[in-house]
Amino acid sequence: MSTIVETHDDHGHHGPAKGLSRWLYTTNHKDIGTLYLWFSFLMLFIGGAMAMVIRAELFEPGLQIVQPEFFNQMTTNHGLIMVFGVIMPAFVGLANWMIPMQIGAPDMALPRLNNLSFWLLPMAFGILISTLFMDAGGPNFGWTFYAPLSTTYAPETVTFFIFSVHIMGASSILGSINIITTILNMRAPGMTLMKMPLFVWSWLITAYLLIAVMPVLAGTVTMMLMDIHFGTSFFNAAGGGDPVLFQHIFWFFGHPEVYIMILPAFGIVSHIIETFSRKPIFGYSSMVYALTSIAILSFVVWAHHMFTVGMPLAGELFFMYSTMLIAIPTGVKVFNWVATMFKGSISFETPMLFAIAFVALFTIGGFSGLMLAIVPADFQYHDTYFVVAHFHYVLVPGSLFGIIAGVYYWLPKWTGNMYDETLGRLHFWLSFISVNLTFFPMHFVGLAGMPRRYPDYALQFADFNAMVSVGAFIFGFTQLLLLFIVIKSIKTGKKATEEVWEDNKDWGLEWTIESPPPYHSFTVQPEVK
Amino acid sequence: MKESKKTIRNLSLLVVGMFGFGFLLVPIYDVFCEITGLNGKIEGPSTLSSETIQGVDKREMLIQFVTHNNEFMPWTFKSETSQMKITTGVQQRVLFVFENTTSEDMVGQVIPSVSPGRGAEYFHKAECFCFEQQKLLAGERVELPVVFIVDPSIPLDIGSLSLGYTLFDITDQLSENQIAAL
Repeated sequence: MSTIVETHDDHGHHGPAKGLSRWLYTTNHKDIGTLYLWFSFLMLFIGGAMAMVIRAELFEPGLQIVQPEFFNQMTTNHGLIMVFGVIMPAFVGLANWMIPMQIGAPDMALPRLNNLSFWLLPMAFGILISTLFMDAGGPNFGWTFYAPLSTTYAPETVTFFIFSVHIMGASSILGSINIITTILNMRAPGMTLMKMPLFVWSWLITAYLLIAVMPVLAGTVTMMLMDIHFGTSFFNAAGGGDPVLFQHIFWFFGHPEVYIMILPAFGIVSHIIETFSRKPIFGYSSMVYALTSIAILSFVVWAHHMFTVGMPLAGELFFMYSTMLIAIPTGVKVFNWVATMFKGSISFETPMLFAIAFVALFTIGGFSGLMLAIVPADFQYHDTYFVVAHFHYVLVPGSLFGIIAGVYYWLPKWTGNMYDETLGRLHFWLSFISVNLTFFPMHFVGLAGMPRRYPDYALQFADFNAMVSVGAFIFGFTQLLLLFIVIKSIKTGKKATEEVWEDNKDWGLEWTIESPPPYHSFTVQPEVK
Repeated sequence: MKESKKTIRNLSLLVVGMFGFGFLLVPIYDVFCEITGLNGKIEGPSTLSSETIQGVDKREMLIQFVTHNNEFMPWTFKSETSQMKITTGVQQRVLFVFENTTSEDMVGQVIPSVSPGRGAEYFHKAECFCFEQQKLLAGERVELPVVFIVDPSIPLDIGSLSLGYTLFDITDQLSENQIAAL
């Protein structure tokens, strides 16, 4: 892979505007990427604070700190914010920063739409969070907002919630259209689809998933809106509707959604592992096919979230086997990551530490997912802390570690300064130990029968819950260290080179331009051979 | 740029299509439930009668009735018998009692469910109060029948069927004109 080094004539009006208007009106992919990343960082602390309330209440049995009504609002908003406000915007932020630089494009295909996609998000979350301060209280029906909890029995603020989900959906859809258009039409000459970096591949597939399922989510909340305000009966049994229908439609969106939250992390981790193993990724094309098959399979497995609603045996078997089938492409990916590291000359900088932890801990989450896929076993695990342990293992040391790894990996490229490696490693070890302390004991209490979504629990679960809470507090406060590391790197880090990491030039176009990159990079298209 | 426009147009169509597909899932689900008997859903009045069933071995089986008031529905609602022995392929009739115990005129709607769900497609109702809304004046008491027939081709491993009825209060969901028209 070789490139023409770009020549950049600065005419004095190409740089960013000054002051706040730079961020309000910006159409620059780097600025918008930065906005997305800071937004999701802020949301991480808001959603994290809610998790701290939950864990403080669950530190010991009985009701100490909050009332059940408020506890329900905390669990619901923690879920909504972490899913739609942290993981998804962080991936979109990374996509905005990296996709144009990785495919050698000067910017995204639709820069103004890009600005709109971002600025819709603060509106959506402003509305959602404002409901917590209203008399009726915020949404309290769980992030999955099952009807009739979210229709007949919902607080009056549910209409704000519906509107906010509509806006989030619009933001994601516009962002995805932009990303697909950029990837399909703006690649550097010579970069065929099968030469694209894996992060770009993972986002191409993720964006298609988003376009396919976010409209279905919009349809779901529209049906709720009509049931609540316009007298329809989509989910109301008295009028001929069916609450189980809600679960089918929700999970038709919801299962592809969980892959939306992990596939970009697969891409990030692939890059990091090849850089720090100093070897090209093992089985590039099988990685692409695995991503594609995971995405396709995600549309036919949704009912494994609802095995207990009462389904014909044939249906349960179909959804059980199709779910287990997903372990095969996922296994291919894990195998390829390990095979890339095999006999590589590995060094353990912070991004690599997070990437290795990702591979190991995501696999644990994958295995508990397989256990949950077994229908007869799921009747025991359903709605227990085992499920909570499972999806936190794939989302925290999975998606979130993937994002953090990506931030450490590309931060020197973005800011032009290295981060503090010692602090980075400290951040990793604190996060790694506390994340396991938080989520591993949840498996045990779940298997022993502790149900999720309650503010109280039986006495025999007390010791494990105290451990979980301590782990959660350490994990929560450790993330403030990440904030410090990022700010320190921006302010005072030592200068980064163009390739940032040793012998990194061959691993992608982004390493061929300066650190930090000029405001407009690749104004002359590079050529990929 | 021309290629970009085409991509954007196709993707926008996909978005609109998927929004529509979300709503299309509602009728698809209903059809799917009718075919598979998922959730024990039963179709409307059936024309199956004792005469149209020929040449299949009839057998005895047990039908159980469960009545249930949804949420705050105050009416009295019960079946005359909690279970009955029937012969498949022979038309049966069972009475249900409704009584509006309040001093208000009210409208109720009964939603049926058969379990096990895969037995639902063999359970045919010629007449049922669940096909329409029931308006009862304050203090009114009525007895309404269910006329049904069980298809003798029902699998042998289904020894009994439960017919569950849930009564919903839908007074508030109807306008005064709609209530007067009942």
